[in-house]
Formats: sequence, C-alpha cells, structure tokens
Amino acid sequence: MHASFVRSPYSHAKILKINISEALKLDGVEAVLTGEDVIKWSEPFVVGVKQPMEHWCLGVKKVRYVGEPVAIVIARDRYIAEDATELVNVEYDLLPPVMNIESSIKSNAPILHEKVKSNIVSERNFNYGNVEKAFSLANNIVEIDVEYPRNSCTPIECFNVISEYSDENKSYNVLSNFQGPMALHPVMAMALKIPGNKLRLRAPQNSGGSFGVKQAVFYYIVSISLASKKVGRPVKWVEDRLEHLIAATSATGRKSKISAAITKDGLLLGLKIIQYDDCGAYLRAPEPASLYRMHGNLSGAYSVKNISLKNYVVLTNKTPSGLNRGFGGPQLYFGLERLMHKISKVLNKPHLQIIKTNLLPQNSFPYKTPSGGILDSGNYQKAIQKAEKDGGLEELEKRRRGKRKVGKLYGIGFAAVVEPSISNMGYISTVLSHEERLKAGPKNGAYACATVSIDPLGSISVTIDSLPQGQGHQTVVQQLVASVFSIDPKNITVSSDLDTHKDGWSIAAGNYSSRFGGAVAGTVYLAAQKLFLKLKTIAAKNMNINVEDVIFQNDLVFSKNNPDNKITFSRLAGSSHWSPDTIPDAMAPPLRETLYWTMPQHKAPNEKDEINSSGSYGFIFDYCGVEIDQNTGKVIIDKYVTTHDAGTLLHPEIVNGQIQGAFAQAVGASLYEEFKYADNGEFLSGTFADYLVPTANEIPEACILHISTPSPFTPLGSKGVGEGNSMSTPVCIANAISDAIEQDKITLPMTPPKLWGLISKKEDLPKNLNLEITDEKKKISVELYQNYTNKKFWKYIKNKLRNIV
Amino acid sequence: MENKTIKININGKDFEENINSNLLLIDFIREKIKLTGSHIGCDTSQCGSCMVLYNDICLKSCSVLAIQMDGAKITTIEGISDGDNLHPMQESFRECHGLQCGFCTPGMIISAIALIKEKPTPSEKDIREHLEGNLCRCTGYENIVKSISAGAEKMKG
Ligand code: FES
Ligand code: FES
Repeated sequence: MHASFVRSPYSHAKILKINISEALKLDGVEAVLTGEDVIKWSEPFVVGVKQPMEHWCLGVKKVRYVGEPVAIVIARDRYIAEDATELVNVEYDLLPPVMNIESSIKSNAPILHEKVKSNIVSERNFNYGNVEKAFSLANNIVEIDVEYPRNSCTPIECFNVISEYSDENKSYNVLSNFQGPMALHPVMAMALKIPGNKLRLRAPQNSGGSFGVKQAVFYYIVSISLASKKVGRPVKWVEDRLEHLIAATSATGRKSKISAAITKDGLLLGLKIIQYDDCGAYLRAPEPASLYRMHGNLSGAYSVKNISLKNYVVLTNKTPSGLNRGFGGPQLYFGLERLMHKISKVLNKPHLQIIKTNLLPQNSFPYKTPSGGILDSGNYQKAIQKAEKDGGLEELEKRRRGKRKVGKLYGIGFAAVVEPSISNMGYISTVLSHEERLKAGPKNGAYACATVSIDPLGSISVTIDSLPQGQGHQTVVQQLVASVFSIDPKNITVSSDLDTHKDGWSIAAGNYSSRFGGAVAGTVYLAAQKLFLKLKTIAAKNMNINVEDVIFQNDLVFSKNNPDNKITFSRLAGSSHWSPDTIPDAMAPPLRETLYWTMPQHKAPNEKDEINSSGSYGFIFDYCGVEIDQNTGKVIIDKYVTTHDAGTLLHPEIVNGQIQGAFAQAVGASLYEEFKYADNGEFLSGTFADYLVPTANEIPEACILHISTPSPFTPLGSKGVGEGNSMSTPVCIANAISDAIEQDKITLPMTPPKLWGLISKKEDLPKNLNLEITDEKKKISVELYQNYTNKKFWKYIKNKLRNIV
Repeated sequence: MENKTIKININGKDFEENINSNLLLIDFIREKIKLTGSHIGCDTSQCGSCMVLYNDICLKSCSVLAIQMDGAKITTIEGISDGDNLHPMQESFRECHGLQCGFCTPGMIISAIALIKEKPTPSEKDIREHLEGNLCRCTGYENIVKSISAGAEKMKG
C-alpha cells in the first residue's frame, strides 16, 4: 500500500476536527491514520532536555509548523493516496505563530508547548578560566552580533520508508534510506512502544545523498510503521520535493553575540559568547546537539583561555531542525571568524595578522581547549604558509588593489577553522547539568564496528557500519584491505548496508560527524590486521616455517627464505575452511573478524562541564577574493583557496570530491539558500525555483591544498574531512563581502537584492526591486504557495508544469 | 479517471499499455516498464534527475504525461549502451570521478549526450550553461564538467 500525508497549511493552530469520511469513499483508499491511532499505539518521542513537551509522529491536538503531518492516507497507489489527502477535511483554530528567535523569547510571546510555559526550553551557562579578569585587563573590547540562517543540503533523493507490521510478532520490519546515527533506533522503538529487537531496520547499500539530512527520516519511520499496523500490510512512502523542503528538516538557525577582550595587538584574552538556537517547533533528537557538537572546540584554532558561554534552545513555528553537513560548525564559526575580521578592522591591522597572533603554537598538540576538547594534532602555521604561497595570496592582494583603483567593490576574506570529526556521543549530555547527568548515568564514546571475512575461494567480504550515500567508503575500504593482504582489490566486496538483526552496530553507527576516515576505516584496518595475523600463523604452520618468515605478495604467500615454498592466497584460504586440522591449536577457527573500536579520549562531560566532543580535529584555512557587481548586487567569487589538514589522506581523489561538494553547498548557503517564511508563518521556499540550489554556473573552481599532520589517536592517522568547507566557506565569503563593501552587518544568504540594498543609495533604487523573481517558473512558484494553502497544490503544479519542459 | 492505450518505443522496444491519463511519463517508465534508472528528484522540472532522450532532445519526464508521448521514441539511461559495455560518457564519468551518490548521474549523462549531439566539442562554459537544468548536490559540479569534456572526446571514438 502507498501512503500520502495530510499536512498542516498553518504554522500554529489547534486541530478541532479531522473528517476522513470523504477520503475513505474514494475507490482504492484503504484507511486513514490520524492522531487518535497515534495516541493509542505510540508514545511521544523522547526529548534531550527535561521538559514536558510532546512530539508525536503526527500532529496531535495542535500543529506547530507548516507541513506538520496530521493524517496519513493509505491507498492502493500513490496517485489515489495523494488525491485522497485533499478529501481529508481538517478544521483548525488558528493561533498566532512565532517566526523568529526575537519574537519567540519575548515574555508575551505565544507559547508553542503550553506545559513548558516558555519557548526557551533549555538554558545553560558555562565558565572556563577567568573571563571577568580577562575583560578587566583588556585594552579593547570588540563585539559582534550575527545570525546564521536556516537552510539544508537537500539531497536529490528524498526520504523513503517501507514498513511491514507483523501482528503475529508485534514487530515492524523497515527498509529506509536512513543514515544513522543508530542512537535513533531506541528512540524509534520507544515511540513505537516495542522492545528494540521488534524493530528491524534495514538501510540499503546505496542512497541518493544525505549530508546529515536523512537522519530525519526516523520521524517518518514511526508514522509509516503505524500506517502499516493500521492496514495490516506493508506500506510504502516516498517523500516528494515539496514535502522535503517544507517539512523534512533544517539546519538550526542561530543568533549569537560574541564579545572579545583583546590586547592592543589583537590577542584574545577572553570571549563571552551568547548563542540562541532556533530548533523549530519541536526539539527532535538528536537536537539540541547543534548547540553542543562544537563545545570542545569553542575557541576554534586560537589559544584564548577564558571563555564564558550562555546557550539557549529556542522553539519557533518552523520545521524541527536536525543534522545538516557541518552541524553546529557553520553557526559557531560564522560568529567567531566574523569577530576576528571585526577585530582587524577595529585595530586597523590585516585580518590575517590577527589570525596569526592568536593561532595555537605549532608544538602545542595534543592541546586541551578550555572547554575540554583535545585537539589531537596540527600545524596551523604550516597550513597557512602553504596557502599563502601556493594559493597566491600576494597576487590576490595586488588584484584587490587594482580593482579598487578602478572603483570596483572587491574584498578578500579569511577563515581559520578547526574541523571536528568522530563525535563523542556523550557530548549531547552537556546540555544537562552535572547533577542531571549523574542521575541519568554517564554517556561517552562511539563504537565503530567492522567485519572482515575470507571465503573458501579466497575472496574477502567486508561489512562496515558507516551507511554512506556516495562518499566512496566502499572504494577506500577495498583498497585498504587489499593492501593489508596484498591481494587484488577486485577480490574484495564491501557491504555498507545495515540490518539491525544481522550486522554489528552500536548507537554510533551511521554516516555523520565525518566519522568514516578516522573511526570506520581505522576499525576496518584493525580487523583486517587481526585476520591477517591469524592467516599468517595458519600459513606458517602449513608451510612449516616461522611466522615472521611468511610473506604475502600479489595474491601469493611464500617463505622469505625460500620463495619456492609457496601457496596461493586462495588455496591458503580454502585450506583454512576445508581442513581445520591445518589451523594451529588454540586459535579461533573461522576466518572472520568482527571488531569494535572506540577512543579512550572520549570521556563523558565532567563536573567542570569539560567535554572532548569529538575524537579528532582537522584544520582548514580558507581565503577568497570576491567582487560585487555594483549594478545588481551579485557576488562574484573571483578566487577561492582552501587548505586542509585532515591527517593521513586515505584516498586523495575522494577527499577532494568531498571538499568540492561541501564547498558547493557552502556557496549555496552563503549566497542563495534559505528556508523563508512570511511573518504569518506561510512557507515561501517550497520548490527548487524558490529554494535556490546552485547550478554548475554558480560554482567556481576552488584551489584545494593539503598538508598532513597525522592524528595520534586514530588507527590510520586520518581525520574527517567531509564537512570542513560547510564550516569555513560561508564565513570566509561573508568576510570578503564585508571587506569589499566596508560594512559590518552581513547576513546570509547574501542574495543580490539584499546586497544591493546595502550598497545602493536611496535615489538609485531600481524600478523592479523583486530581483529574485525573474522568470516564468519563479512566478509560478509564488502562485503555488497561495494555492498550497487552498489545498489545490498538486493539481495546480502538475498542470502548470506539464506545459513547461 | 479516463484510461487510454498508448504505443511507445523505449530503448528500441515497443510497448503498448493501457494507462490512466494522469500518469506522468517518469512514473510510466519506472513503475510500468520497470526501468528505474531515471530518477525523481523534484517533481517540478528543476533537478533533471528524470531526464530522458526524446528524439535526441533531453526531456524532463516528470513534467509530461505519458499519454502525451503516444507514438514517441524515448531513450532512457538503460538504453544508451548495449548493456555489456558502458557508453563512453558513462565511462568518462567513472574515470573522472563525476559522481558520488549517483542519483543525479543518469540525468547528467542523458543531458551530456544531448549536448554533444548539438556541440561535439563543448567548451567548459558551454557545459556549465547546458547543465542549468541538472542539479547535483554531491560533487560541486567540478568533476561532472571534467567528465563531460572527456566524454565528448571519447565519443569521437
Ligand atoms: S524530477 Fe524531473 S526535473 Fe526533477
Ligand atoms: S552525485 Fe549525488 S546528486 Fe549528483
């Protein structure tokens, strides 16, 4: 059966009545799942903070964002299901919405969750070092207020769920393009009111992109499972793009204020940071993790010791936020690196000089940050030096002088960023007070799991728990294992699908926090090594030689002293299966190793609220030159240089592919992409004509440079690399724009109309200010929104667009 | 819903199917003919994942009805090669790392083949402009553009 959701057109309303009788009359419609079923068969999702909030898998009694599902039509085919959603009649009583952080935190604001009595659902203060003293010693205090918008990496494939309920076992069997973290598996099972082993979750080998976003499909796994229970048959749901943009998930929006106490040279003595995260209408797991993922590396690449931090989690009538490439990084560094830029302007010194003044010295690693992070390795000076020289900074500065001479608006921006990877799953509990944490029990660590096995013909199968969606994990693992056994990579198969009933996994499994390079590949390597040693011992016995004399080379195994004493790799593997007698005594027989690995550096947050939130920390140094078209306000990225230190590079081409991809998404976030809402809560970004994803024309080629200081903490010395540019690029571009137009208030995305508003004078306002809506398709989409609320959306869009190819 | 029988040639094979008049071409190809290489990324003619060739022109199959294609000749990604060997453009995507998740790739390759028909030696600018209707979220386009340049050369044989 096929499912289609009935969604709220309103951002804040009471549900008075849902009338499904007309929908049920449509031929092919089997049933409609509503809040009544949901209350009967499920529980609200658990929340990361102790607050009386209820987040059910469908809106129950109330809706809190446009697009919130209120019912599911289950029908013979998808067309019928979609048509029938229009026949479900929902009566609402509208409530005033809160659409941004400022209005949400006002004392008289409409409240989203009445029992909480406030839209601020978590508030925590942290103090590291002696901030007040630092501020009293300062020569100068520089402050900056910034905002980071809500956006998303919008994978081209949307969410998919197939769930089958078994009445006999009271269990659910689910196939979904979920990406982890598997910490959400217990969250789903608890919502379904079943033990973990009654929720069999399978994720496929291939999935069409995710970038964190497909974490949020877990919310739908629960409702589609209930839909299956309702009809007693398997139910399939394929999300469409409108649903995805309107209601899937979003990066958190953030408002922050940072004040810096500095010396006259621009040395940071202390930082006071205040952060408000806009998590949307519900605090959906793993939120408020955005606010804490960066906790260990709050001070970025700098040696500042005294930091105070106030964190607020705020709810608004928008789609709940969740994982999105960079997760917490773009938000943190937008503030920190804009601040460094501002300091340079206030002191009238070069921006790069301010960065260099504050960088951690070369020999300080492993370095414990004030907030408890352990930066494993790095040589920030060397990376910057390389960037300056190989990227051609001097040339670029010359170019800026030249452009400015002829009256152009041209600026150069910088960003220095520490890129964390391999999340310590315990970091999220930093949101709780130490007493609350003691009560709940300590949380720390993150197991990676890999299995390597050899079959009787000598080919090798590897299973990994990283659930990739195109990051080439299979290729890397294939090469890695081939190098351990010195066999042809073609003889190695890598499975990256996951079946909770059959595969090794822990709550940390999944594709997030760039954990592959450091944790997963490393675990594969350790498992392969272990199996290799076992095989070597078997070979020694077989060939009657010492273990240390066994050589594996090009699919052959032979004796170091007598190369004629040899056996093929496949023969050795076969004999280990066929003749257990050949296996040395006391050795576990099967040619199979499953290994779990976690880091000793991953400790739970301590009584001082120190937390090493990640396992490994890379470094990125970016700079760019941008020119602003003075007639249109368009930003032209003239040159972009990005320098990475991700430790050992396992596969340079794949690494560069990750950098190019993250860079392109970050250009989108900087210049085009934002989930927009009208003040009345109406959603304004429902198609790709409105939520503007960059095309090939908008993405310049970035100059990518590398240095490598291997991590002493990961098995291969490698670190995560997939998210760095999501963190560094938006603020680097913003700094360049700020440099070009000599203005402070840069908010993303810097669209032409916005920028034009900053650089133009009143008298030369263009006649048509609505620069973003230029072509036919865009006009249609504006009409589409109006029609969406009239519930004619689908018919309308299909009829209109059928004519435009 | 009105039903209609259409004749359509897909990848050199003739099909005759009785279908609902509201069935989109992409759903016809994926659900009726079971060729699932063409993907759906947006439903609203922006992303290009659903591109197929209609007489050498690329067509977004999410934005036409199947009944409008009565009598048409369509080539999908499954039809561009003989099934044993990759099409040179596919080979080139593989060699130049022109894909990550691969979801946009069928559309990209169809789009590229249509471009090469029109312009056998496209410049980088031509390629980028031609790809205006194909979105990729993984690669940042860099390697796609390289793949298409290299593929154009390969297609010359
Ligand atoms: S699915 Fe047809 S263009 Fe996106
Ligand atoms: S390769 Fe994933 S969308 Fe293009």
